[in-house]
Amino acid sequence: MKIKFSEKKITGILGVLPEKESMFDDEVGNYSFPERQTMRLKKVMGFEKHRLSKEESTASDFCIYGMSYLLEGKKIRKEEIGAIIVVTLSPDYFVPHISNIIHGHFQLNEDVLCMDISQGCCGYLLGLMQSFMLLDYMKDKKIVLFNVDILSKKVSKHDRNDFPLVGDAASITIVENDVAEKDIDFRIFTNGKDRDALIIPAGGFAMPSNLETSVMKKTDDGNERCLDNLHMDGAEVFSFVQTKVPPMIDETFKELNIQKDDIDYYLFHQPNKFMLKKLADKIGVPHEKLFMNVVENYGNPSGVSIPINIIHNLGKEMTEKKSKCCLSAFGSGLTWGMMLLELGHLDFCEMIESDL
Amino acid sequence: MEKILEILHEIRPEFDFGESDNYIEDGLLDSFDIVSLISIIEETYNINIDGLDVIPENFATCSAIASLVEKYK
Repeated sequence: MKIKFSEKKITGILGVLPEKESMFDDEVGNYSFPERQTMRLKKVMGFEKHRLSKEESTASDFCIYGMSYLLEGKKIRKEEIGAIIVVTLSPDYFVPHISNIIHGHFQLNEDVLCMDISQGCCGYLLGLMQSFMLLDYMKDKKIVLFNVDILSKKVSKHDRNDFPLVGDAASITIVENDVAEKDIDFRIFTNGKDRDALIIPAGGFAMPSNLETSVMKKTDDGNERCLDNLHMDGAEVFSFVQTKVPPMIDETFKELNIQKDDIDYYLFHQPNKFMLKKLADKIGVPHEKLFMNVVENYGNPSGVSIPINIIHNLGKEMTEKKSKCCLSAFGSGLTWGMMLLELGHLDFCEMIESDL
Repeated sequence: MEKILEILHEIRPEFDFGESDNYIEDGLLDSFDIVSLISIIEETYNINIDGLDVIPENFATCSAIASLVEKYK
């Protein structure tokens, strides 16, 4: 799908992190692999530390924490909000939705639209897409886009393939209309045939969680996980990303007559350092324009990785100037997409640490 | 080939790579071992392997790995 959005802009991004930082070195003993073998991956993959939410914290807690910060700091007023969109793979409940929980907590007006979207790694792009579409009917109202994932609760601590990578985080992005803004080009593609490459087998209606689904089992790849846990087929996802993302970028640039050098920053989803390095080399982008440091600092927070990437690497700069940016994400679905936009002169672009 | 066998032994010292004719199918290397292997090979031979070549077939035998290295030397 190809869409061109006009007169839309992002005016602020807030990142919300859990307090707890877990170090990779302290987790090595949880895995059944020889320590030397596991430690070798540290540098290559970018395993260093990751943020983990408390057992009792929910996704809505992170959203409410961040929203309270914005309201108290007068970075947004309740009367300005036209819609709340929440993108997550970690709902508090099947029903009610997180957007409704936020709406109720802050006692927002009854005409504020609430919507939850279930999406993984491409969650930021799809959240922005939905926000831009809704803005056509919002006049001067703003959309508050929440991206939140606390997937560490769904990953086995004895799974070396998945646990060192996962990170918990939330972000809040304010999106609004502005006639002075340049066009935004968006591309999104899907391959549902290979959807099982990223899966949490149990917990939905197809396979409700029960005692059996919670039994930890040794897997063929030497890890330990149960059917309630998230699993990623790393080799398949790697191959999919290397095969699909570079041609999408090349074809889009050609179609829009854009040169790679015209872009100031390539702000990509952050699966791991190895995959991003190979991707940057394949696309032909200098490493200093394509940041690869989110996993080593926070872990991979799924659909929250792009806003965390922006804040961590460009937080101050994003409030001072505008840059031409290429956002790209790829993952569960399988889904891959990109967005070309001018980003900057934001009212705020900052990270806060919660006690969650 | 000798150097590659040396690297393989460094990654998984518990296996005899001479005994297998498919390291992947026989479970001698998993996807994370391949990541480690690529990292050491790239450093040793000063090459940069294209992401599209990071597929199990290219790491299934010592001669497949040697051919891959030759491609980039």
